[in-house]
Amino acid sequence: MGGMAAPQVAPVEAPDTQEVPVADRAWVTIVWDDPVNLMSYVTWVFQKLFGYSHEKAEKLMLDVHNKGKAVVSSGARERMEHDASQLHAYGLWATVDRA
Amino acid sequence: MSTFRRQGDHCVATFAADEVRVLRKVASEVVGLLTDGFDHTDPVVGRLFPDTYPENPGDSAELRQYTEGDLKTGKIDQAGAVLAALPPVTGGEVRLDGEAAEAWLRALNDARLAMGVRLDISADTDLGDELDDAVLHDPTSTRVFQLSVYAYLGYLQESLLTALID
Repeated sequence: MGGMAAPQVAPVEAPDTQEVPVADRAWVTIVWDDPVNLMSYVTWVFQKLFGYSHEKAEKLMLDVHNKGKAVVSSGARERMEHDASQLHAYGLWATVDRA
Repeated sequence: MSTFRRQGDHCVATFAADEVRVLRKVASEVVGLLTDGFDHTDPVVGRLFPDTYPENPGDSAELRQYTEGDLKTGKIDQAGAVLAALPPVTGGEVRLDGEAAEAWLRALNDARLAMGVRLDISADTDLGDELDDAVLHDPTSTRVFQLSVYAYLGYLQESLLTALID
């Protein structure tokens, strides 16, 4: 997102900070099931990289294990590419796709 | 087999001579694979550096140009962290701080991924059955040795992770 900030000469309506532009959450990082990675290790990596609680990380790990894959993060494309690369550094099998 | 245990801020294990030899060999092989032996057509390299966009080879290749160097350096460094912390070949203690323990976890995982590809490990593989079959076939075969090493590395990785998060 670029653009110059306009000088505020009048009170403006407060933007909804919760709202993320569609283009910025249009991508997802997917982790695929793998016969080698230990379940405890995958859970630990999710906690470590994304700051997820043990409960959430374990649920994601079980989704990967049982369903073959799980979306582990979503957002802007560059951010997802970064996440995938980090996951590759830990040996997880990650890809990026449109949401 | 050695087990890691927590001692204050460190994860500690005592390795026998044959364990040191195996770990040295395995970590050196990973370094070899990532340096002189680096070959994109090797399925092991394909597993360690997966395509980010499997449906789009062009996008994958373009991204690879920016990410592969750092990724490769990281993997060489973590295998190096294993080699650096190993005791002499006669055996001895390994003492890892938090950072070294994490490097070891990633390096052990890389080594297991590489061996998993070579040994054709799949979701249906039962390691115990696989070992029994290989022993029946030929107890002195390379496959028996490699399956045992693969199982050992998994045990060691689990033990280190347990000690680290303890």
